[in-house]
Amino acid sequence: MNSALVSPANHAVAQSASVMDVGDGFLLPVLLKIAFVLGLFFVVPLVGGYMEHKVMGRMQHRRGPVEAGPFGSLQLVADGIKFIQKEDTIPRAADKWVFAAAPGVALVPAMLIFLVLPFGPGVFAVDLELGLLYALAITSVSVLGVLMGGWASANKFSLFGGLRAGAQLIAYELPLIIVAITVAVQAGTLSLVGIVEAQSTFMLAGTDINLWYVFPQFVGFGIFFVAAMAELSRPPFDMPIGDSELVFGYMTEYSGIKFAMFLLTEYGGMITMSALMVVLYLGGWQLLPGVPLPGCDGAGGLFDCGFLGTVLGVAVTMGKILALVFVMVWARVAYPRLREDQLQRISWLVLVPLSLLNLAVVTVFKVVF
Amino acid sequence: MSELETKERIQPGSAPGEDVAFEIIGDGDFPTTDMSLSIGPAHPATHGVFRIVLEMDGERVKRATPVIGYMHRGFEKLAEYRDYRQIKALVNRHDWLSGFSNELGVALAVETMLEMEVPDRAQWIRMLMAEWNRILNHLMFIGSYALELGAITPMFYAFRERDDIQALMESATGGRLHFTYNQVGGLKIDLPKGFLQESRRISTQVRERLPDYDDLVLGNEIFHGRTKGVGPLSTDVALSIGVTGPTLHATGVPEDSRVTEPYLKYGEIDVKVPVGENGDAFDRFYCLLRRIDASLDIIDQVHDHIPAGPVNSKLPKMVKAPEGATYVRTENPLGQLGYWLESDGGRTPWRLKMRTPSFSNVQAIPHLMEGALLPDAISILGSVFFVVGDIDR
Repeated sequence: MNSALVSPANHAVAQSASVMDVGDGFLLPVLLKIAFVLGLFFVVPLVGGYMEHKVMGRMQHRRGPVEAGPFGSLQLVADGIKFIQKEDTIPRAADKWVFAAAPGVALVPAMLIFLVLPFGPGVFAVDLELGLLYALAITSVSVLGVLMGGWASANKFSLFGGLRAGAQLIAYELPLIIVAITVAVQAGTLSLVGIVEAQSTFMLAGTDINLWYVFPQFVGFGIFFVAAMAELSRPPFDMPIGDSELVFGYMTEYSGIKFAMFLLTEYGGMITMSALMVVLYLGGWQLLPGVPLPGCDGAGGLFDCGFLGTVLGVAVTMGKILALVFVMVWARVAYPRLREDQLQRISWLVLVPLSLLNLAVVTVFKVVF
Repeated sequence: MSELETKERIQPGSAPGEDVAFEIIGDGDFPTTDMSLSIGPAHPATHGVFRIVLEMDGERVKRATPVIGYMHRGFEKLAEYRDYRQIKALVNRHDWLSGFSNELGVALAVETMLEMEVPDRAQWIRMLMAEWNRILNHLMFIGSYALELGAITPMFYAFRERDDIQALMESATGGRLHFTYNQVGGLKIDLPKGFLQESRRISTQVRERLPDYDDLVLGNEIFHGRTKGVGPLSTDVALSIGVTGPTLHATGVPEDSRVTEPYLKYGEIDVKVPVGENGDAFDRFYCLLRRIDASLDIIDQVHDHIPAGPVNSKLPKMVKAPEGATYVRTENPLGQLGYWLESDGGRTPWRLKMRTPSFSNVQAIPHLMEGALLPDAISILGSVFFVVGDIDR
């Protein structure tokens, strides 16, 4: 193995410490972490949602929200309050318990992913050794809520939406997992922090030019991006919702707070998927490839940061996440919706073979160099 | 869960008449059923209260049955109780996106019966307004069809243009949707000062912005995937049903009464009729978009032709059509609009039969949707351009 491509095997103790591991007690760090995850989950998606409103507005000769809060920034908060006040209707023919449980089943996994996502140097709740596996596994649970909602609503449109969502998930989970595995192969670890760290030491073969994984694996990045949009049912892959044909798909019968929970799941999903992409391909909280964060003394300028470095690291991650969200919004504005069979064809005939090829090529290079 | 319970759970909301028959396939272990899916009367894709009952086998449509009449307002009967001055305020409401063209038809019918000479200036201005109205209508459908395919932006682009054009027409007529600008023998009032300059400016501006739609919608790969080869309408079927307008032009038939049977001054200028080849959803949309170009060409020609002079003729206090009957057809934005006007010499028509383009065009929907996928069915529904009020009257 070429010494230029150092595998972080020497970081076998990839369990880095979180900044929230303060004191010797058990309770304080746990409470801090819970507050961290909840705070992230309820704030960052709102930022993403606000950006969607504004960006879409500007792209469509509108101004977007302007009334609620400064520059309309509290529009989603106002929407949330409105949703809570609304009547919570359950169709008479619905399977009541399943109907009521579905939004929760969709929402909780979307929240739990924030547990492992690193947002900056030490800014994460836990650094699981199997972080990537955990993140991918828990994303797939969300669709269960969608299927439950689609089935239990006792509405034909909901049923169509739920079934389409199920089919779409199966089709796009596969390429998503394969390209994620490819990153894990290249990094030699499944820990998300470890993957960021591996990127800071990944050099172009034979040189000492630092590269993020997006450069050698641009195909994988593209596949991950497309598959992530499809998993989130974001336009142009929004067939399960398809408001002009399925009214609102599996969400048709939902109102009030339950509907808001589905919406929050979607926005949260946009953030978590973007964060995963940042971690897997875009070097996490690294400012530029090979440029250490100011104030950071650790390996590759990624760890042992002071207060300033930590804040800067979080800002860099957030900036990258919002840039990816911007692209997702852009796609929504620019494209019509695909048809369900076209969507399946893209996955099985293009994305799956390409991702397998990507895996093979990366593996061979990893062994050869 | 027993089979009966399953059935009840899948079909809780079946309306009377939508009975469900089980069809056993294979060895009978797996009962499947065709699902009847009622799109409308209140559904986002029907923009109005149009209803279409689909019999679905999974995502595939086995049979489509349009159900019309939810918006029947009895316009033909109402017209029998109104004099000709009042009728024009009535007819610009059946196809609310083509108000000017509708009232033009009535005015032409009465003028034909009276054998009246309409001043030249009035005729040219009528053409100008009719073409602007056509563009307004087509822009609306460009936006709404893209919306049905899931693209939200073209709607906002279309409304940008529509706002300018509506402001222009408002300056002359006072209306933005229901213009009521025609009257028997000419127009209500002459154009305001500066109207033609403004009209020229907007015509140039719309022409400059039209490539936006080519880029955003017509040239989009996903749009191609969703419309090419979807719902092809054959010329024979189209002609036998009486389909007209862009839906007919898409099948390759350039039948347009502005060309084949010119009214007003259309005979004196050059009218282009864009046609398609395959009659599919893509061609229908293509024809619609290119018709805007054609209308702008007409508008530019009209600008150079409008003579000075009066815009209305001297009329008796109460216009009465002489005894007899006439049929006038005009090329409305969505197709041929025909008015059969029968008078017994009184102040109201004895009978006013409307032949509306939307009514004939939706007859094609069952043919087009058979065997299509559900998303394609919506694509077809949107591409057979219709206004619900124009179907039901």
